[in-house]
Amino acid sequence: MGEIELKTAPADFRFPTTNQSRHCFTRYIEFHRCVAAKGDEATECEKFAKYYRSLCPGEWVDRWNEQRENGIFPGPL
Amino acid sequence: MSFTGIFHFFTNSPCDAAEPWQLGSQDAATPMMQGIIDLHHDIFFFLILILVFVSRILVRALWHFHSKKNPIPQRIVHGTTIEILRTIFPSIIPMFIAIPSFALLYSMDEVVVDPAMTIKAIGHQWYRSYEYSDYNSSDEQSLTFDSYTIPEDDPELGQSRLLEVDNRVVVPAKTHLRIIVTSADVPHSWAVPSSGVKCDAVPGRLNQISISVQREGVYYGQCSEICGTNHASIVVEAVSRKDYGSRVSNQLIPQTGEA
Ligand SMILES: [Cu+2]
Repeated sequence: MGEIELKTAPADFRFPTTNQSRHCFTRYIEFHRCVAAKGDEATECEKFAKYYRSLCPGEWVDRWNEQRENGIFPGPL
Repeated sequence: MSFTGIFHFFTNSPCDAAEPWQLGSQDAATPMMQGIIDLHHDIFFFLILILVFVSRILVRALWHFHSKKNPIPQRIVHGTTIEILRTIFPSIIPMFIAIPSFALLYSMDEVVVDPAMTIKAIGHQWYRSYEYSDYNSSDEQSLTFDSYTIPEDDPELGQSRLLEVDNRVVVPAKTHLRIIVTSADVPHSWAVPSSGVKCDAVPGRLNQISISVQREGVYYGQCSEICGTNHASIVVEAVSRKDYGSRVSNQLIPQTGEA
């Protein structure tokens, strides 16, 4: 296999600092808000999913998914 | 170079590892590290200038005002001119040091271009796990692997003691990388001297560093936080973009088969 396309979450002007914790969290919320607004099958939400998966550690995402299932997610959805 | 050192040279040459009795920095692999080395040399210019000047004054004073040579003490208490000079000059010199220093400091923080890829480096006691998740299409699948330091008692011939790992982080060279550094337990850090990066890994926080490795090679680093008995090593292997594609698809995925 040769060259593969490299693509990731872009730098976000809302999060210009070294600390990117909020960047990851915000992208996660944006995705779920997008899905809530446009439905599960909406393709325009997919980019937010890509962004948060690029930025957030898998462990964090797992924990948040669990919290959402139990209805105890701390963020505004 | 010792006898084993010769073997070292032939089996694999870790050009970018620290060597015994090394005084200077390791060779720069990123523009950031080049900037740090240049700044170091700039500051050294002033440092030597001051050293020579102060030593000269000191030696002259000791020589000319020795009690045998100059038995009657001088009665001068102050001189306006010299006091103005020795106040102004020492305040100008730090300015000449501060300007390039701040310029470098702020340029290192700045993310100038959009990164091409993101790697997550997560510190654990005592290993490091890396996640490449730019290509994920679900939350479950992720290119994740653990990188353990090769124990002290079984490095292969030519490997550096407590510096080598079983799985290296493979990155493409000449590419803007975003490295997200965090920890899963205690504070760790992610530091690779030749890349000019030393970033704290704090649990619950994601620290971002952006680097662009300019040449292919293997770069060594270690955890720089007192995190326990076994600080996990960091080995970054930069390969060409072309090779990167095949490394990601061939080497990394089978290793993470069970993960
Ligand atoms: Cu550590």
